Amino acid sequence: MTDTSSPTDAPMLAVRGVKTFYGNIMALKGVDVDVHRGEIVTLIGSNGAGKSTLMMTIFGQPRAREGQIVYEGRDITKMPTHEIAQLKIAQSPEGRRIFPRMTVYENLQMGASVDGFAHFDSDLQKVYTLFPRLKERINQRGGTLSGGEQQMLAIGRALMSRPRLLMLDEPSLGLAPLIVKQIFDAIRELNRTEGLTVFLVEQNAFHALKLAHRGYVLVNGTVTMSGQGRELLERPEVRAAYLEGGRH
Amino acid sequence: MAAHTAESASAENAAPASPSAFSHALKDAFFAGLIMLGLVGPLVGFETVIRDGALGLDYRPLTVAVMVAIVFVGRLILNLTVWSPNRVVKTRTGPSPMARAVTAAGPAFKPALLAFAVAFPLIAVLSQGGLNESRYLIDLGILILTYVMLGWGLNIVVGLAGLLDLGYVAFYAVGAYTYALLATSAPVNDFFAALIGEKFWADWAFWICLPAAGIFAGVWGMILGFPVLRLRGDYLAIVTLAFGEIIRLVLINWVDFTGGGAGIASIPRVTFFGIPFNASEHGFAALFGLKFDPMHRIIFLYFVILALALLTAFVTVRLRKLPVGRAWEALREDEIACRSLGLNTTNVKLSAFATGAMFGGFAGCFFAVRAGFVSPESFTFDISAMILAIVVLGGMGSQIGVAVAAAVMLGGMEMLRNLGFLKQFFGNEFDPSLYRMLLFGLAMVVIMVWKPRGLVSTRDPTIYLKEKKSVSGDLVKEGHG
Repeated sequence: MTDTSSPTDAPMLAVRGVKTFYGNIMALKGVDVDVHRGEIVTLIGSNGAGKSTLMMTIFGQPRAREGQIVYEGRDITKMPTHEIAQLKIAQSPEGRRIFPRMTVYENLQMGASVDGFAHFDSDLQKVYTLFPRLKERINQRGGTLSGGEQQMLAIGRALMSRPRLLMLDEPSLGLAPLIVKQIFDAIRELNRTEGLTVFLVEQNAFHALKLAHRGYVLVNGTVTMSGQGRELLERPEVRAAYLEGGRH
Repeated sequence: MAAHTAESASAENAAPASPSAFSHALKDAFFAGLIMLGLVGPLVGFETVIRDGALGLDYRPLTVAVMVAIVFVGRLILNLTVWSPNRVVKTRTGPSPMARAVTAAGPAFKPALLAFAVAFPLIAVLSQGGLNESRYLIDLGILILTYVMLGWGLNIVVGLAGLLDLGYVAFYAVGAYTYALLATSAPVNDFFAALIGEKFWADWAFWICLPAAGIFAGVWGMILGFPVLRLRGDYLAIVTLAFGEIIRLVLINWVDFTGGGAGIASIPRVTFFGIPFNASEHGFAALFGLKFDPMHRIIFLYFVILALALLTAFVTVRLRKLPVGRAWEALREDEIACRSLGLNTTNVKLSAFATGAMFGGFAGCFFAVRAGFVSPESFTFDISAMILAIVVLGGMGSQIGVAVAAAVMLGGMEMLRNLGFLKQFFGNEFDPSLYRMLLFGLAMVVIMVWKPRGLVSTRDPTIYLKEKKSVSGDLVKEGHG
């Protein structure tokens, strides 16, 4: 399943034959995904394909019943979630999950708890540069932000831990096209300037595949296609299934 | 209701002129009165009485008329005011005037309250005209402060960490029994008698047991914490409720150890850091050149509980600014997000349970030394419910709100005892204190309707950038519990 064009060294994150169940229902039916250092990899698929399940399985909630997840040479399949996060994998989860009654500043502080507070100020400046809107809202409660601002906060919070791998679950969900563009530009910028590895789960296939180096298509708990982002974008199956509405 | 809807429907058609609005209101009130008459006519209007050994009927037209009149007039007033179609409904944006007033007075309010608490014994003595006369007020002050402290302790668990604990009284009991058992234990007394001096344990028991009671209760907090780590919300509440009951039942049934339902009596009294409050020449009064008065001990107890309560508040405020306190709050907001940010939620929960329980233990130890007697009867679910009510009414997570709620609830309930003059209106049978729980419930309903998030619903951020800005709690989505 690995793409031949990717670097020769071992992948940063390797998902091997992972099966995840909700009760008796198999949500992931043996998924293989590789993410190499410095890449943006996207996982696209329709509702209920298991995209978020794969993302959460990597984080140990729920656990994979079969298969193996290896991050930087360590098997993290059975590791507790908070220890996985301490390996510098950061996540902006589905539905953002910011802390609504805490201020933007406190939310960002929570993000830094893994890293300690040594680089807090410089990291905060970086998040400000990336999302100037957060600076204006710094003393406001998370719950009073608009959807787009909450998404920026969720990504900003994830970045505060100085991650080596950033996992984003549907950052474009429910947002205006302009905000989506802002957020995707920010992701591209992070990848280009800091070499941040990004694993992006998206329904917005057009934007995601345009942004990503490589992509996987998840259908019903199985990876059906994979390849270069642009290349996948040209495939008639992908166009028919995910882009029929044209470019949106 | 049907008449009212019809009225408002017709009112929509044209801009209602005021005479027609009034006639509508009158008509509606008339129908409401008619319905009331139909309802209470048969139910209240007739009364069966035993007359000459046979069943007879009495009529009560006056009562019916009064009831119907109340409904008619009440409905008419409501129609013309609250339900009036001409009424412009005020839409509120931002904090209410009262909230603004509270925010403005906020910085002065806390020091004023603290100053009042410190000066309270003096005020009580001066206003009552003597030490002994002030005993009732100071006892009430001690009671309120005990609940303030318990409220602040539970606030850590419920308000900050968002873990609904219905068995908080268990830790109060653990603290009280820790002191009661250790202070009355002969082996411990003998041990210290041999080691240091004959009177050492009697004089120092409280000051040594106080930290021990806190630590012990904290350990019990963790013991409770372990099995409930995976639980949240309703399920957590049920298990903690059971835990509180288990502790109480163990205290009742383990007669050899705890004295069972009879409790433990003659617990050593508090000392002034080793100096007993008695009339002897080594007593507190003699050493400080005062005339002996049993009230010295009571006033000292007041300051002990004040200090303990302030310690609780201080520690909570400090902890909130540390990573552990912020983690508690984050846990309340979103557990999954916490875990994905690398927080070990097991440790976060256990530390919240242990810290909250520790302060419950301190308060329990104080309770035992004040009362000189403990029995399982003092640690029923009512206490847990009362403390939780104080925390919820005060506004979860708010220190000052909890203090005000404790003072209002307990002080208010005590006030009812002093309403003897109402007997003039309701006859000698009337006992206002019997209505305490009724009014208590009513107060809770009123507060929850009027301020669904408690008296103080704003949450102060622990840290600001440049300016301090607090957002009214009702503008923010409910935290997921």
